[in-house]
Amino acid sequence: MNGHDDLIALQSASIDVGKIIAAIAEAQAGAIATFLGTTRCDADPDGRMLMALDYQAYEQMALAQMRRFAEAARQKWPIRRLAIVHRIGKVEIGQPSVLVAVSTPHRSEAFDACRFLIDSIKAEATIWKKELWADGRQTWVHPPQHSSKE
Amino acid sequence: MTIHLKMFAILRERSGAAEAELQLPEGADVSQAVAEAGRRFPKMLDLLPRAAVAVNLDYAQRQVVLHDGDELALIPPVSGG
Repeated sequence: MNGHDDLIALQSASIDVGKIIAAIAEAQAGAIATFLGTTRCDADPDGRMLMALDYQAYEQMALAQMRRFAEAARQKWPIRRLAIVHRIGKVEIGQPSVLVAVSTPHRSEAFDACRFLIDSIKAEATIWKKELWADGRQTWVHPPQHSSKE
Repeated sequence: MTIHLKMFAILRERSGAAEAELQLPEGADVSQAVAEAGRRFPKMLDLLPRAAVAVNLDYAQRQVVLHDGDELALIPPVSGG
């Protein structure tokens, strides 16, 4: 646990965006930047639809990584409060799968910190998604290299 | 010595196991553990060159020396978000 009351979680429940943003609001923070990653509608080359994504995590490591990313962000920007929440298990298309929210005194540092956090998570956090297709096929998503694309 | 192996995503699917115990000689390094994991679960052999490794929750290079009781995770390319 770090010395701040950062909200860092992996959860199977849906992400309550309004509740989290309310939780990181603060009198000294003039800005809250929020990034919401949502499961994107897709079709395979044969036109079959993607129905949902199923997330698996190496939970202990992913949580430790997120705490480290949060600490690194706090070294660089004057963060008041911070939230990182990632879904695990099945997430229907169009639903939020990850939320990063940061409150800071001014907006530019909120944007920069938020971007740093989501880029770090996408590049390094030990979380994987499996695509669940309409015809019952299931395919793990493993990018060509550990990278922060998308 | 005993190493606690953890496997995720496609590697878990191929091996049919989320975890296993590996018996390795004292002083063995990460690359020896990965090779042993490949012998135990040959169906994931072709994917191991692309897998990263974590030892006790931190990414680790292949030459890192292991100790009895270490937790070694095979990490296929991540795709969270």
